[in-house]
Amino acid sequence: MAQSAETIHGSKSKSGAAWWVEPYLTVLALGLFGVYSLWLVFFQHTGQFQNYLSPFFSPTEDWGIKVLPALWVLWAPLLFRATCYYYRKEIYRGFFHDPMACGVPESRRKFYFGETRFPFIWTNLHRWFWYIALVVLVFLWIDAVKAFIFPVAGGGSTFGVGLGSLIMLVNVSLLTMYSLSCHAFRHLVGGGSQKFSCADGSPTTRYKLWNTVSRWNEKHGLFAWVSMFSVWFTDVYIRLLIYGVIHPVRFF
Amino acid sequence: MAEEITLSVFRGDRSGGREQEYKIPAVPGMVVLDALHYIQAHQAPDLAVRWNCKAAHCGSCSAEINGSAKLLCKTRVDDYTDEVIHVRPMHTFPVIKDLVTDVSWNYEKLRQIPAFQPAIKAPFTLHQRDVDRIQEFRKCIECFLCQNICHVLRDHSAKDAYWGPRMMIRMAELQMHPLDTADRIDLLKGSAGIGYCNITKCCTVVCPQGINITDNGIIPLKERVADKYFDPLGGLVRKMHK
Repeated sequence: MAQSAETIHGSKSKSGAAWWVEPYLTVLALGLFGVYSLWLVFFQHTGQFQNYLSPFFSPTEDWGIKVLPALWVLWAPLLFRATCYYYRKEIYRGFFHDPMACGVPESRRKFYFGETRFPFIWTNLHRWFWYIALVVLVFLWIDAVKAFIFPVAGGGSTFGVGLGSLIMLVNVSLLTMYSLSCHAFRHLVGGGSQKFSCADGSPTTRYKLWNTVSRWNEKHGLFAWVSMFSVWFTDVYIRLLIYGVIHPVRFF
Repeated sequence: MAEEITLSVFRGDRSGGREQEYKIPAVPGMVVLDALHYIQAHQAPDLAVRWNCKAAHCGSCSAEINGSAKLLCKTRVDDYTDEVIHVRPMHTFPVIKDLVTDVSWNYEKLRQIPAFQPAIKAPFTLHQRDVDRIQEFRKCIECFLCQNICHVLRDHSAKDAYWGPRMMIRMAELQMHPLDTADRIDLLKGSAGIGYCNITKCCTVVCPQGINITDNGIIPLKERVADKYFDPLGGLVRKMHK
């Protein structure tokens, strides 16, 4: 395997001149997503257009707990992402310059505790946020199915396919792959076990699961980004429908 | 390729030093270690550089080439066309002379890791799939480039708090062995300081053996620490399952 040209120390190398691009792009993308999410929380009160429901506002059931509609849901996937092993790398590099890129000198700080003390020790609870995010995912799948069931004038409903249905299906599929390629899930399904073979030499079920999730896990970073942008795009599409800026496209 | 290449090589010791420029004739296929040997043979016989196999297997010739942590014997000079090639010793470890650093701290830490404690007496038979995972870690040649680039050791000088990626991989190799019975989780969370790793993956990037240090070694170990210290529900389920 060739050694990467990613590592830079100082500014002597031409080959690694763009080491700062990734951390700044991370700050831009996550920062804009954060601002957009806050705008939804504080200034938007619905994500529903006909049978389409924005992932920021699902589930709509509040079980008597009165909070801002988007905030009711948003905290769970946000904490799931904030404690994600992939995003941690990007966040530490982009927001905390800890380090900004490999070999780039950090600004001298008196203390560094990593993930051993508050607040970053909370990242150890990633699996708990994964459990909660999984519950949210179930609701998103229900919403995706509902996106294919259109109301009929005069009552009743019918199966149909609209652009929004497809967007919501793609979105929930990407979110599912992001969740199932998670490092914590990889550990829970089999990574934590010591042996992968049964007494007769055949592979254990946990091995098969671990092996499959390991393959997905190689693309975890990709799923992390595309699923975040798909959530964003799905909400923007539905919001433009709500505001009447665009009209719904129905294929049949 | 240019007929002549310029290297700027660190010359000095613990008390300090500076880079010195050398111009040498370029030879097709030349690696940086070849270039340093040429300098030793023709211009600076007192230039200190540690090397052994010249085949990327002994892990001796670790250094920093134009800011990147690399093996001198695996880095071709034609990767740096029209550039001065800056060669410096590993930043994280104390310089003994020129490009040679004192990496003895790593061996001290390796000795502190509890050894393999098999459940049954050798010889034993293992299935390949049970050892595939740990064989990746056994590819380590102990070049210590991962230790050098780890920002916890490099920038925060936290050698007293965190043992570094090489030690994590060694512990993963033992901890994931199907027959091992020793428990290193308390050590990992305690004095080995796995919590200091913030998974920025630079160790994985520089590994000349292509070991997926972070995803396959450190993160699974962090999850094992989470099993014991941050997941009482999971612990209860595992106890009931036993």
